Amino acid sequence: MPEPRARRALGYAAAIGLALTMVAPFLWMLSTALMDEFEVYQAPPPLLPAVPRFANFTEALTALPFALYFRNSLILAVATVTGQVVTAAMAGYAFARHRFAGRTPLFAVYLGTLMVPGIALLVPRFLLVDAMGLVDTVAGLVSVELVAAWGIFLMRQYFLSLPRDMEDAARLDGASEWQVFWRIAVPLARPALATVALFAFIDAWKALLWPLVIARSPDLRVVEAGVASFHGMYYANWPWQMAAAVAALVPVLVVFLAAQKAFLRGLAFGGFK
Amino acid sequence: MADLALAHLVKRFAGGVVGVDDVTLTVGEGAFTALVGPSGCGKTTILRLVAGLEEPTSGTVQIGGRDVTWLPPRERDVAMVFQNYALYPHLTVRENIAFPLAVRRMAGAELSRRVTNAAELLEIGALLDRKPAQLSGGQRQRAALARAIVREPACFLFDEPLSNLDAQVRAQTRAELVALHRRLGATILYVTHDQVEAMTMAQTVAVMARGRLLQEGAPLRLYRDPASLAVARFLGSPSINTVAGRTTGARFEGALACEARVAACADAVLGVRPEHLVLGPAMDAAPAQVTLVEPLGPESLVRLRLRSGEELVARVAGEAACCAGDAVGVRVAAGTGLFFRAADGTRLA
Ligand SMILES: Nc1ncnc2c1ncn2[C@@H]1O[C@H](COP(=O)(O)OP(=O)(O)OP(=O)(O)O)[C@@H](O)[C@H]1O
Ligand SMILES: [Mg+2]
Repeated sequence: MPEPRARRALGYAAAIGLALTMVAPFLWMLSTALMDEFEVYQAPPPLLPAVPRFANFTEALTALPFALYFRNSLILAVATVTGQVVTAAMAGYAFARHRFAGRTPLFAVYLGTLMVPGIALLVPRFLLVDAMGLVDTVAGLVSVELVAAWGIFLMRQYFLSLPRDMEDAARLDGASEWQVFWRIAVPLARPALATVALFAFIDAWKALLWPLVIARSPDLRVVEAGVASFHGMYYANWPWQMAAAVAALVPVLVVFLAAQKAFLRGLAFGGFK
Repeated sequence: MADLALAHLVKRFAGGVVGVDDVTLTVGEGAFTALVGPSGCGKTTILRLVAGLEEPTSGTVQIGGRDVTWLPPRERDVAMVFQNYALYPHLTVRENIAFPLAVRRMAGAELSRRVTNAAELLEIGALLDRKPAQLSGGQRQRAALARAIVREPACFLFDEPLSNLDAQVRAQTRAELVALHRRLGATILYVTHDQVEAMTMAQTVAVMARGRLLQEGAPLRLYRDPASLAVARFLGSPSINTVAGRTTGARFEGALACEARVAACADAVLGVRPEHLVLGPAMDAAPAQVTLVEPLGPESLVRLRLRSGEELVARVAGEAACCAGDAVGVRVAAGTGLFFRAADGTRLA
């Protein structure tokens, strides 16, 4: 049996090892983003660029209309976050607080959709959106992830964990059911809503498959598609691709840092108590 | 202000639990009625039925002569102070107090005037910009009260509002609530399981047990003239002493004996308040042993054991003349015994 200190050291070593495996790809991405186009193909590949080449960023981001791609991604992300936060809050509250016919089976159906892999939905979703004539439109792009069952689940659990007295007090104070929801329940659920918003943002930002399928014109491309397009059939410009990928990460970092506090509280309050 | 009338109110919960069982109760306009009873007897359920947070299985609720049984809470014009105060944690004290007015679309000078008035009445004017988490228990209670009075409702419901406060603040708040009641002339239904609160604050006390209303009346009347053993036991601290025995029509005979001009009953219970036990060496007294003396200052509690094993508590003025281990005689002061049927606890007349 190792000494407590040795055991602690072992624990730290394991934690550091794990952290490194998580961070290593990012560092490599960063390093590659600063390499010369041909440096990447040396064998063995160097860990660091001989001379950091910051021009990769400007070149990559101007080689394709990235301003447009960022705009499209932002539209997709904002629509997804708004849609998921609003529907998760309302549906979660209804499932947690209101009694209505079919509540339990309906909730089970919602949960059941969590088990369907997204890839299996690709074709049916496309056919639906096509039938509505929305292929190659912004509406078609943002249409499929506006409601998320896991967000509804999270919000329901969270509302269930909140005391009802505050809502009852609001009813007695004269609030209508809408006012109880908007003025009391929603503010109290802020940490959980921040969690839903954050995950929705990340999901939308890194979405690639659906935007590729639904957008035919290059005007409707998202950032991820732009990043991927540096990788052609015969040739790949790794430094440009990595430079674009790093740029694409910046908004995620900003949103994550902004939401971190509320997000961590949201996880702790996840309702599994 | 308006009167409050409950008629044959029944609440059966899903799963068959009967929370409230055929309760008929009236709180007069401007009256202060305390609803007391042991835990789980249905007090909170009655308040929730009056407030409209719960639908009755049968029966009616009237406020100011208007049948509100099926109206939603906000159309009933009642305010409630919850046991845990239920302040809105994300709003400041000012916004909490203003909430009932704001949801009724009041704004501007009238709103801030009323918020200020309510806050001043409860002496929390200096705390208006704090969040509830930054208040002490007593301050939260005041904020909750201010939120209740700010819109001048037809009647107030209180659910054990003092139970989270320490003894000193509680005693002080008790007096303040009574003063507030006088000042507002408010109709109040006040739930507590603290009989001291009920006795000292209310004009009428209603005693409940297992969903039923046992008796209601003026606090002292209930104390002196309880209709059943349960009511007698619930009011008074320390609780009433009980001794099993029988009544002959003229006397009670048991471990204690006394005059009992009530119907004869072979299986009776004598109830005698601690202050009605007389200690001394008297010849006709029952012999007992002192097990403990608790001096409280102005009075002392003397715990006794009768030879037959019954435990009694006597309340004597000032310092007790005896101490633990002493042998004393104990008897019931003339005309103070209460007699009940052992079978169902009803009073013998
Ligand atoms: N929503 C509910 N569903 C089922 N049973 C309930 C519900 N609410 C209360 N009860 C039951 O009804 C009875 C009365 O409850 P109530 O809360 O009114 O008691 P109380 O007198 O307020 O008790 P306490 O002094 O402990 O607050 C209890 O047996 C309780 O278990
Ligand atoms: Mg209660």
